[in-house]
Amino acid sequence: MDYLTLIQLLDSTVRLATPLLLACLAGLFSERAGIFDIGLDGKMLAAAFFSAAIAAITGNVWLGLLAGIAASLALSLLHGLASITFRGNQLISGVAINFLAAGLTVLIAQSWFQQGGRTPSLIGGARFNPITLPFADQIEPLPFIGPLYAELISGHSILVYMAFAAVPLTWWILYRTRFGLRLRAVGENPAAVDTAGVSVIGLRYSAVCICGVLCGVAGAYLSTALQAGFIKDMSAGRGYIALAALIFAKWRPWYALWATLLFGLFGALETRPDVIEALIGIKVQGQLLGALPYVMTVIILAGFVGKAIPPRAGGEPYVKER
Amino acid sequence: MERQATAAPAIELKGISKAFGPVQANKDISIRVMPGTIHGIIGENGAGKSTLMSILYGFYKADKGEIFISGKKTDIPDSQAAIAAGIGMVFQHFKLVENFTVLENIILGAEDGGLLKPSLSKARKSLLKLADDYGLRVDPDALIQDIGVGMQQRVEILKALYRQADILILDEPTGVLTPAEADQLFRILGRLKSEGKTIILITHKLREIMETTDTVSVMRRGEMTATVKTSETSPAQLAELMVGRKVLLRVDKDIAKPGEVILDIKGLRVVDDKGVERLRGIDLQVRAGEILGVAGVAGNGQSELLEVLGGYRIGTGSVRVNGQELDLTGKHSDGQSRRKHGIAHVPEDRQREGLIMDYHAWENTAFGYHKDPAYRSGILMNNAAIKADTVEKMERFDVRPPNPKLAAKSFSGGNQQKLVLAREIERNPDLLLIGQPTRGVDIGAIEFIHQQIVALRDQGKAILLVSVELEEILALSDRVAVMFDGQVMGTRDASATDEKELGLMMAGITEAQTPPMEA
Repeated sequence: MDYLTLIQLLDSTVRLATPLLLACLAGLFSERAGIFDIGLDGKMLAAAFFSAAIAAITGNVWLGLLAGIAASLALSLLHGLASITFRGNQLISGVAINFLAAGLTVLIAQSWFQQGGRTPSLIGGARFNPITLPFADQIEPLPFIGPLYAELISGHSILVYMAFAAVPLTWWILYRTRFGLRLRAVGENPAAVDTAGVSVIGLRYSAVCICGVLCGVAGAYLSTALQAGFIKDMSAGRGYIALAALIFAKWRPWYALWATLLFGLFGALETRPDVIEALIGIKVQGQLLGALPYVMTVIILAGFVGKAIPPRAGGEPYVKER
Repeated sequence: MERQATAAPAIELKGISKAFGPVQANKDISIRVMPGTIHGIIGENGAGKSTLMSILYGFYKADKGEIFISGKKTDIPDSQAAIAAGIGMVFQHFKLVENFTVLENIILGAEDGGLLKPSLSKARKSLLKLADDYGLRVDPDALIQDIGVGMQQRVEILKALYRQADILILDEPTGVLTPAEADQLFRILGRLKSEGKTIILITHKLREIMETTDTVSVMRRGEMTATVKTSETSPAQLAELMVGRKVLLRVDKDIAKPGEVILDIKGLRVVDDKGVERLRGIDLQVRAGEILGVAGVAGNGQSELLEVLGGYRIGTGSVRVNGQELDLTGKHSDGQSRRKHGIAHVPEDRQREGLIMDYHAWENTAFGYHKDPAYRSGILMNNAAIKADTVEKMERFDVRPPNPKLAAKSFSGGNQQKLVLAREIERNPDLLLIGQPTRGVDIGAIEFIHQQIVALRDQGKAILLVSVELEEILALSDRVAVMFDGQVMGTRDASATDEKELGLMMAGITEAQTPPMEA
């Protein structure tokens, strides 16, 4: 494999990892606060549709992004209402959201655009276009560094850079701020937060809302940056892979980056069977690579590669004890 | 003392009432606690002590009544308001985040500003000062999960003091402590009192009330039955006020007549799923007609011992019952096979291991014995027979209300325990395993349960009793084995030992080396 192929592979790794990373960080905020969220996929899908739809109608991708975030946030609040306020089962609420999003997006798309459940293709200002970083053209001719900078680092849409910037930001919020301390505490022992005079419900709702915003960006990225428009079920299980990455990452922000990059790499390899064949000499089915994130998660859960301890109060609605 | 008598009470409650549905948890309760004193609140489980304190800490809103703090009428709608009023609470189950450091736990909810760094360094300084002022030393950077319960409790007290609490409420603080740790706690409370703090101590242990408090209030069935000066009362009087009738504080029993060895444990080892060795070579013998009490602070391997013997944990080594080797790892390592060996088990956690809380009393009575021909007709269960049998058992064991169709969760702790006890004892086992027989059980029922255990012993049965209540161990046992860190520290005749010696052994102190057991 030559250097340029490697750069291309890594480039598509970054592009495929971005929605996983955003969704994974979304799940991280929610689950660190004790709310399991299996509805990441549904929220991404809803956001993908609404951002593409609004971008198509207005021609402005930023309005589309806002619409996507709003849609995802609405589903998050629904999840919050069911699992925090009404203390319902978080898994069931999440599954319901996934079904709701899968059906509703196609239905509305058909009613608005009559294109078989798609939105029109997005062009120009209705999409997030690649940004060329400063000096990319000047550096490109340089050996080694040139392709690295011009191909891999430069030339992504703004959302990719936002996603990667979200990693240190998440780390800083979790471990360096009061909000982060309380958020982590409420996922471990909500009673400790409650008796300290801090609202468990308030904290959990904020976490769920942050999750909604990040899922919204992830969904918008799918339909307005990675692709140019919405198609049915376009999240394609990325929300579940993000959950797998979250477990793989042991609910930590930097690990989440590495986990989603790894899973992104699997995705990139899936589209380049020639590279794998050249590397290991045997033909590997693409679907096999698609299954790898799940296989690895099972291995992690079985405790082969260190232990992944979820937040202790995760999945449990908080009820004051007598 | 003159000054105190004229000062406003630190806490005054007037006419507090609180109902949960039809249950009146607190009925018109009034209480005055003077500043700089230790006030005890004693009462049976369900007497309303915890409800009252939860109202004071803002967990519940009283239906009626007023709260005065230092003479000022104060509304306490939530914990935030309680903290602002200078009230700190140390709950029975600590409210700490296990994977946070001591320092992080202390600032949680009392941070200064949005960033952690200034809060942490400020807390570190005040922690040093508090350590000097009250002798409360802790390692600020240790993780909660790595420190012992005594230390964790200290963190809870520091949390309250860091929030400038003047009034400290402690709910059953000694339940998880060794006697030595408990003594240390009471020394700290004494120190806090001398610094002018007001302390409310909720407990069901009469001894603690007598030794530490200045005044004591007794609660029964949601009402405050009396408030007296501790120096002017006696344990017997308090017990009577708690229960509403005279109670026997000692267990009446004759000298044991031990027969042949029923249970013979040799070199029993248990490794848990985390790879930690929980039992590290246990040797124990229990004879027919004797009660062997296993003392120890919770978490030193007693639970694992019961679980292996009960057939739901894997172990290695040798366990013989009536001379027959038990299968510790294979397919005969389950409750059913243990019953065939004549073992009955009243587990430590009756609500998780002894009963299914949502099932009826009669269904619970059949558990484990559902293959009994008397309970069956053909391939079906004979529910009518089970119900009839349950009614009889309920009568003999004084389970109230004697209604077999009530769900297990509708019974009080004491009556739940009687249900389990009736199920197990009535099978006429050779060996009874019984864990925490009176945890969460009120005094009246404790007396009854103790009598049943002694009666079983007098029928010539072997009894292995595990309890974290040293008083209970001493009252019931003929011999006492002390466990520490997965090992038996030694075995003593109950008549030839005392709390002090056992307390040292419970703390793992080995100077009192065991004389070899007589062969």
